Amino acid sequence: MTDTSCKYETHEHDVIVIGAGGAGLRAAIECSAQGARTALICKSLLGKAHTVMAEGGIAAALAHMDGQDNWQTHFQDTLYGGKYLNNWRMAQLHAQEAPERVRELERWGAVFDRTPDGKIMQRAFGGHTWRRLAHVGDRTGLELIRTLQDKGVHQGIDVFMECTITRLLKDGQRVCGAFGYWRQTGRFVVFQAKAVVLATGGIGKCFKITSNSWESTGDGHALAYQAGAQLVDMEFMQFHPTGMVWPPGVMGLLVTEAVRGEGGLLCNNQGQRFMEKYDPKRMELSTRDVVARAIYTEVKEGRGSPHGGCFLDISHRGAETIKRKLPSMYHQFKELADVDITKEPMEVGPTAHYTMGGIKVDADTGASGVPGLYAAGECTGGVNGANRLGGNSLSDLIVFGQRAGAGAAAYASQAAAPRLDQEQVEAAAREMTSYFGRPSAEDPYRLHLDLQNTMQNLVGIFREEKDLTTALARLEELKQRAAKVGVVEGQRIYNPGWHLCRDLANMLICAEAITRAALWRKESRGAHSRLDFPQYDDYFGEHNLLVQNDGGVMKVEPCPVVKVPELIPLVEQRKAREKK
Amino acid sequence: MSSRVFKVWRGDKSGGRFVDYQVQAEEGMVVLDAIHQIQRTQAPDLACRWNCKAAKCGSCGAEVNGKPRLMCKTRLDALPPGDVVSVSPMRSFPLIRDLVTDVSWNFQVNQKIPPFTPRPDATWIMQQEDVDRVQEFRKCIECFLCQNVCHVLREHDLKQHFFGPRFFVRIASLQMHPMDGLDRMALLKDQAGLGLCNVTKCCTEVCPEEIHITDNAIIPMKERVVDRYYDPLAWLWRKIRHAP
Ligand SMILES: Cc1cc2nc3c(=O)[nH]c(=O)nc-3n(C[C@H](O)[C@H](O)[C@H](O)COP(=O)(O)OP(=O)(O)OC[C@H]3O[C@@H](n4cnc5c(N)ncnc54)[C@H](O)[C@@H]3O)c2cc1C
Ligand code: SF4
Ligand code: SF4
Ligand code: FES
Repeated sequence: MTDTSCKYETHEHDVIVIGAGGAGLRAAIECSAQGARTALICKSLLGKAHTVMAEGGIAAALAHMDGQDNWQTHFQDTLYGGKYLNNWRMAQLHAQEAPERVRELERWGAVFDRTPDGKIMQRAFGGHTWRRLAHVGDRTGLELIRTLQDKGVHQGIDVFMECTITRLLKDGQRVCGAFGYWRQTGRFVVFQAKAVVLATGGIGKCFKITSNSWESTGDGHALAYQAGAQLVDMEFMQFHPTGMVWPPGVMGLLVTEAVRGEGGLLCNNQGQRFMEKYDPKRMELSTRDVVARAIYTEVKEGRGSPHGGCFLDISHRGAETIKRKLPSMYHQFKELADVDITKEPMEVGPTAHYTMGGIKVDADTGASGVPGLYAAGECTGGVNGANRLGGNSLSDLIVFGQRAGAGAAAYASQAAAPRLDQEQVEAAAREMTSYFGRPSAEDPYRLHLDLQNTMQNLVGIFREEKDLTTALARLEELKQRAAKVGVVEGQRIYNPGWHLCRDLANMLICAEAITRAALWRKESRGAHSRLDFPQYDDYFGEHNLLVQNDGGVMKVEPCPVVKVPELIPLVEQRKAREKK
Repeated sequence: MSSRVFKVWRGDKSGGRFVDYQVQAEEGMVVLDAIHQIQRTQAPDLACRWNCKAAKCGSCGAEVNGKPRLMCKTRLDALPPGDVVSVSPMRSFPLIRDLVTDVSWNFQVNQKIPPFTPRPDATWIMQQEDVDRVQEFRKCIECFLCQNVCHVLREHDLKQHFFGPRFFVRIASLQMHPMDGLDRMALLKDQAGLGLCNVTKCCTEVCPEEIHITDNAIIPMKERVVDRYYDPLAWLWRKIRHAP
């Protein structure tokens, strides 16, 4: 017999942080440092969040390798990479505060690679004018997450791991907590809080070929959308140019940009360094959108590698350097693909990697439009605009994690105790038990695959109106099927089939938001390429698109880019330089 | 494509058994791919942990043909051809369901280790060669395979008295950090139970990150403990010699 009990346990805090990647951990550390009783909730075990996979480094203008570097140049690079759709204020804070946040990691025990004079080492990366990425070989994310994790658990944060949040609870307009289930037991849990910080990461699992883990189902995007918050820049999905293409089991797995940062060369099957056709100035270190489209085009025109990618060669750097600078890439290829990258080229192709779009927040505090709801990290939009530069995410996590944590703690210290609405809790519980006992239920795994194929084929690297409208129609069908999805086998204890049923609802919201925004933006810019509108458009160049829930209907509307008047000279200077 | 038989352990606290599944083996497939295929096609409720599928997160530890492995890093073509492949949960931790075990004890142990505490005179200038060893230890992905295989935990279940190899590595990474100013020798000797380790090196053998757990972490820590508590003169001598 299935346990259909709707019983739940309750916890009370000042602030709950949903997500324990870099952004969530940094936010929780800040909240608790400000004296707020803080809970940190995550779907996996602590320390396993997606951030752990980050490889190449953290962008911060420390100017250890290139003395000329400064926040102004980092700001300009970020805006140029984002095709000027970034929230200027976010890009400014990000560039200004990243160095201090990186130094802080060091003071908390992180051990970065060193320069010859004993400082934090920095490497080159696509789109960054100077050598800017602080790193630890190619496992920078692990260093970041472990450092924050150890700092956090010794600071009195309550950690709830393997716990999935399925709804935000509201008290009138304001957010007052969250409802979720324990993966290990299937039991329900209610968190009552004065403020909530979302730090749930990306939505890569909407696509078939992705570098993201199972957790990246856009939960935070969907929770915020359902709670009435706005999403911004959803049409911009970053396809990283270099994912593995073979063997099938690892298709999409990331090959870090650090390979190109360390001198890796991209060639087609005729041995030509094809980037000279697409961006002769920056070549392999062009921005990701440009390199991804270049590889896609080479393959489409018949110049691809045997398994449908192109070649990436680093072997000229010599075995010793490669093993020291790129150890996990060396092992990844050796063990998973039988390829020795110190001797032979890798085969690589584009993979859905990073979500530029996300919850629209106030740059300084991380506040969304919904009172009490804050957000940080990949689940937010703004800092990256139309395309993110490598290394700018890890820095985003610690800069805005800190800010959102401080913002939420400040709000909580003023706010009255919230009131829980029993009816909302019961509805959330009923939703989770409703997946059981559905006769002839839809198979969630099948449905997920159909969703991924739809997005991959119709809303991928190149888009056009007819594909996007077809995608919307398909998503409509998928939504109908999702209403019938159910658990065919097993009970509530650690049942991945059950979990997926609920995750699908989030992915469908995200997929629809991406598709609707992509249809709206009738131009090509950054990561968004329309075959039917291949040029830049001046109107769209000045506007972001917002997605919002309007009485159950998804609404898209434009809003002017957030600019900072004092920074106009910096931006104009950069634009002038690019024209030369 | 050929088909292979997988024996996967299914069950929970109340008991369980191995269940046979046919898997369509693809080129380059790893054990985790097979488990996912079984989930997708035959057992939608099969419980397992994974995140990165790239040997970076340490979630997918299990026993493949009785040997502790990361499932995402174990290729089928590296296992004896034709044979049945068995997959079972890590044995040293309480079972939750199928391939998922309760590893929370490890998180409790970590909490007992005083965190990084900078020396008052820390300059933050560190040479690469002075941090190489610490970086080796910090590669640990917390897969807990070493904890699973260590006989002190696996056969003797001395979790109350012994932190296990993962946390000797952790303590060593703090002790050898050039800017750390705390002393964790008493912890190592007493609460952490370093003396219970009899240097069998089983932990080093299974470490997917190839950390030299015994040679580089455990043995040097044992030496420091011996110096401190049983040979104070040698300790003093070393301290003077290494004084900055
Ligand atoms: C392979 C790879 C390499 C990368 N390399 C780099 C790099 O070198 N430099 C760089 O700057 N960026 C890099 N990135 C990007 C960067 O790693 C991510 O953007 C970033 O780590 C996201 O961090 P986050 O804290 O926002 O979320 P995540 O790390 O994704 O964490 C999300 C957290 O939210 C939790 N969560 C989600 N939904 C729920 C829910 N419903 N209930 C409870 N908890 C929930 C998850 O359990 C998890 O703890 C890389 C990305 C990938 C995939
Ligand atoms: S060397 Fe020590 S810690 Fe490692 S497995 Fe043997 S007894 Fe355990
Ligand atoms: S030391 Fe090695 S085996 Fe042990 S937990 Fe860390 S990575 Fe795993
Ligand atoms: S899934 Fe991350 S180590 Fe295997």
